[in-house]
Amino acid sequence: MIGSGFSGRVLAIFIKEFAQMRRDRFTFALMLGVPILQLVLFGYAINTNPKHLPTAVYAAESTPIVRSLLKGLENSDYFDLVEQGNDPRQGQHLLARGDVAFVVTIPPGFTADLIAARRPQLLVEADATDPSVAANALGQADAIFASALRHDLKGPLAGLRPGQQPFELVVHRKFNPEGITQYNIVPGLLGVILTLTLVMITGIAMTREAERGTMENLLAMPARPFEVMVGKIAPYLVVGAVQTLVILIAARFLFAVPFAGNMALLMLGLVIFVIANLAVGFTFSTIAATQMQAMQMTVFFFLPSILLSGFMFPFRGMPGWAQVIGEVLPLTHFLRVVRGVMLKGVSIGDIVYPLLAMTLFTTVVCTIAMLRYRRTLD
Amino acid sequence: MSEFAIDVKGLTKAFGDKLAVNGVDLAMPRGQVWGFLGPNGSGKTTTIRMICGLLRPTAGSGSCLGFDILTEADKIKLRAGYMTQKFSFWTDLTIRENLEFVARLYQLGDLAGTVDTTLDELGLASRQHQLAGNLSGGWKQRLALAAVTMHEPELLLLDEPTAGVDPQARRDFWDEIHRITSERGVTALVSTHYMDEAERCDHIVYLANGELVTQGTARDIVARSGLVTFRAEGKGVRALSAELEGRPGIEHIAYFGSALHVSGTQRVLIESAVTQAAAPDVEWQEVRPTLEDAFIAMTHEAGVDERQHA
Ligand SMILES: Nc1ncnc2c1ncn2[C@@H]1O[C@H](COP(=O)(O)OP(=O)(O)O)[C@@H](O)[C@H]1O
Ligand SMILES: [Mg+2]
Repeated sequence: MIGSGFSGRVLAIFIKEFAQMRRDRFTFALMLGVPILQLVLFGYAINTNPKHLPTAVYAAESTPIVRSLLKGLENSDYFDLVEQGNDPRQGQHLLARGDVAFVVTIPPGFTADLIAARRPQLLVEADATDPSVAANALGQADAIFASALRHDLKGPLAGLRPGQQPFELVVHRKFNPEGITQYNIVPGLLGVILTLTLVMITGIAMTREAERGTMENLLAMPARPFEVMVGKIAPYLVVGAVQTLVILIAARFLFAVPFAGNMALLMLGLVIFVIANLAVGFTFSTIAATQMQAMQMTVFFFLPSILLSGFMFPFRGMPGWAQVIGEVLPLTHFLRVVRGVMLKGVSIGDIVYPLLAMTLFTTVVCTIAMLRYRRTLD
Repeated sequence: MSEFAIDVKGLTKAFGDKLAVNGVDLAMPRGQVWGFLGPNGSGKTTTIRMICGLLRPTAGSGSCLGFDILTEADKIKLRAGYMTQKFSFWTDLTIRENLEFVARLYQLGDLAGTVDTTLDELGLASRQHQLAGNLSGGWKQRLALAAVTMHEPELLLLDEPTAGVDPQARRDFWDEIHRITSERGVTALVSTHYMDEAERCDHIVYLANGELVTQGTARDIVARSGLVTFRAEGKGVRALSAELEGRPGIEHIAYFGSALHVSGTQRVLIESAVTQAAAPDVEWQEVRPTLEDAFIAMTHEAGVDERQHA
């Protein structure tokens, strides 16, 4: 039975909770901030039908027909020509690094064969590590090329128009020919899991000391900020290593994800990435006043990490500003490393840039942590 | 080497627009044990924290163990032992792990040996693998004292080390403080609310509202207060206190057990008040004012009672 004092006591608790909520500004800000962040990210940044994908073109000749093809490609919404040359080997590197999503190769004699109705081949190689990136664009490729040639196939060439295409579009889905999504997701998950757990664990490193009152004792003893940071981060390197091992074993035996590349290279990337995340967490813990705030900051960091890094949605499909934010995040660079090494078998030269980017990120974040670290109780 | 363990001038700390400590000067010779007294919120903890470099003074300067408190906090930390008011060791570590942690931070040689010795001296060897959080209040304080003295500091800063500790444990704790200070020539500044502890100190510093009100030996402080104190005992005492309140010359009234102490600085006035308050079931007697009488008088003089209950 509900007693007569029921509503009064409910009111008492309601007023108390409301007063506490109002005073916890940080949580209040977060309750507004997270929905706004999600609206912006999902509403503007994320595009499941990615367009304007970077494309490299290698044309062995420069005839009006070839120029028309390239123009058609450029005018389409799907392909952006970022590289044009005549050394097709260059294209393989760009694909492996993830700098381009497609490489279009127009072989020598293409025009002559076309005019002679010998149906020359037009080669499109796609980075299929993320099958969803390539799918739409490849679906449109045939139509784009066909309409590009429509104006050229006049007069004596009009006979080539009806029915079949005058050329044969050959598509190579590289690195993941069967388009198995797990191949892309599982290595990515390695990065996502490490980001979430490591940032969260180290996020409470200092706030826990502050909340339990042990901070004063720690500060009273002779430990320098950098020593505290390294000492607090180091145990979680081991945690990260164990997590990595578990995920890699699962990737191999549960999901049969291929491992094309060099294990040592992956380890190098992992170590840098793990340290980057631990540093982020430690920095949060020097900024946050409570463990709760540190957790909330972790969420705030995790959301863009998972949405803008290219893990969930194609990186190249995002608008420029979102890509800029994504370039800052260590997960973005780690995904390039892990997918590059595991699926594409890249060499160190192809992942120097992401490795350096993660190192730079770590350095900046550690500097912030050291500046923020309180040497006194003020 | 500076002859003073602590030598600070004009130490001031403001939190927002509230002055927690206001212009405190201290010159504490090495080798002494000083008592640091004052009501809650009078600024004892804040002063101690500034001395060991845990808080930056808003104004003022000085040295601790010969090192500048503003710029050489790292050196002070190596040579001082600070026991916080609230137990601040790691409750989720065992007793031994806590001591080992401290020993490692101070890079003490022979880690295991040092910790074993400390545990033996503490009498906690058999419980070394218990979590520190499970210790009783008195044991926690003894553990904390052992931990902050392990690196053989030249100066001990003990912030209310006996608060919430039973009387026997308080005595044991003070015996320990005196043992450490006399054996090793260590200097100690100990904050406390207990008069019996204050009386065991070489010198007492009394703060109120962030200001240093008085200092000296217990005897000096009582003498300087210029108080005349009468003590009333007997059945009728309770009725008396309301009656005496506010009479001219009676500056403060306080219970000591079941007896009432009535004090003032003007003998004539207080004597006449006491004579008027004579009652058959009350026995009056002039007594030597105690340290507590003197402090109560000073707290009243300091004006508004701004005590905080932390
Ligand atoms: N970190 C702080 N922020 C704001 N006010 C503080 C802080 N620390 C202490 N105070 C205030 O400063 C005054 C002195 O406190 P404290 O030094 O702890 O006194 P005591 O140790 O003598 O009880 C009190 O009014 C207290 O509320
Ligand atoms: Mg205090």
